[in-house]
Amino acid sequence: MHDWRKDIHQVLREEGIRQIPYTPDNGLKDLIKLCEADEQMIPIPLANEMEGITMTAGAWLGGQRSAMMMQCGGVGNSINALSVLTTARFPFLSIITMRGTFGENNPWQIPMGQATRPCLEAIGCIVLELNRGEDATKVTRAAVDMAYGSGSRVALLLTQELIGAKRF
Amino acid sequence: MKTMPNRPAPSLDRVEAIKRLIGEPGDMLVLSGLSTVLSDVNLAVGDHELVFYVRGAMGCAIATGIGLAVAQPERRVVVVTGDMEVLMGAGSLSTAAVMAPRNLAVIVADNEAYGETGGQTSHTAYGVDISAMAEAAGFAKVMTVWNEDELEAARDMVRNTEGPVLATIKVSKAPYKRILPPSDGVHNCNTFRRALLGPEAIR
Repeated sequence: MHDWRKDIHQVLREEGIRQIPYTPDNGLKDLIKLCEADEQMIPIPLANEMEGITMTAGAWLGGQRSAMMMQCGGVGNSINALSVLTTARFPFLSIITMRGTFGENNPWQIPMGQATRPCLEAIGCIVLELNRGEDATKVTRAAVDMAYGSGSRVALLLTQELIGAKRF
Repeated sequence: MKTMPNRPAPSLDRVEAIKRLIGEPGDMLVLSGLSTVLSDVNLAVGDHELVFYVRGAMGCAIATGIGLAVAQPERRVVVVTGDMEVLMGAGSLSTAAVMAPRNLAVIVADNEAYGETGGQTSHTAYGVDISAMAEAAGFAKVMTVWNEDELEAARDMVRNTEGPVLATIKVSKAPYKRILPPSDGVHNCNTFRRALLGPEAIR
C-alpha cells in the first residue's frame, strides 16, 4: 500500500530540505520520525509555531532550505510572523495537518480549522491541499517548487480526507 | 500588581553599549530585532553586509537566530533584541537552549520600557530577569550588565564564549540618537546572502 509519509519525506530529501522546525501532531508523527531518522535533516522541536516561521528565514539567510511542520492550530500562532517572510520575500514551505474540517468530532477544533485557509491566504501564502495518498509525490514537489523555485510562501495542507478525523 | 523594586534605573547609553559589543564585527553574522534596536545596530555596524534586520513581527528575533546559527555552525551569530521582544517570544529561550547552537549569542537591550510606543513600563521594571530566564532554560552562560566597566567582559562573551550565551544590558530609556536602516527587506536578504554564500545564491 502507498505510504504518503514516505513519499513526502522522499521529495523533501531529494529537494535538499535540511531544517525541519516542527510542533508535533498525531497526523505528522510518522513523517517527523522519518525526518528524525534522516541524517540530512535537522529536526527542531518548537515551543510554539510563531518561532518556527522566522527560523526558516534564518535558515535561508544561512543557505539552508527548510520545511516547517505543524497542526493547523499553529497557523493562528504564526500569522504576524509570516508578515516578515512576505515583506522580505523569503521562500517558505510548511506542511500542515488539518483539524476542524472534514468529519471533525471536536467542536473546539472547528473555528481554527475553518479559518486556516483564509488566514493563510490573507497573509500572502499559497495554499495547496493533499487529499489522496497517491498524489503525495506530485503535490509535495509542486509545493517545494513554488516555495524554493518561485520564492513564494507555500502551505501544503494534509486534509482530513487524507489523515482522517479522530473519533472520541 | 507588584510594586517595582527599589533600585537605580538602568543608565547605560544604548548606542555606545551596543557599539562596544558588536562594533568591528569581522565575519560575525548579525541579526537585529525590531523597534529601537534597529537604529542601535545600524549605528554600530550599518556598513557591515552581514546584518539582517527582522523588522516586523515582534518576538521573532531569537528564533531567526536559531535558524541561522544551525545553518552556519562555523560562524558566530549575534542577535540584538529588546526586553519586551524577548518576552513576547520567550519560548525561543527554551528552544535555543534545547538546540544549543554553540555559535549563538543574544544581546538584550533592556530599558525596562516599551521605548517605541510611549515608554510604558515593561515587565523587566518589576524585576523580571531575562538573564535568569535564559540560564534556567539552559543557556551556557549569561550576564547582566549595569555598568560600563562590565561591557568588556560582555563583549568577550558575546564574541568568544561557547553558546548559547545571553547578555542583558541595562540601558537608559532616555532619548537617544536614532537612524533607522533602509526598510527594503528583499534587498537586505539578497545582500546578506550574496556576502555570505556568494553570487550564485541570488536569483
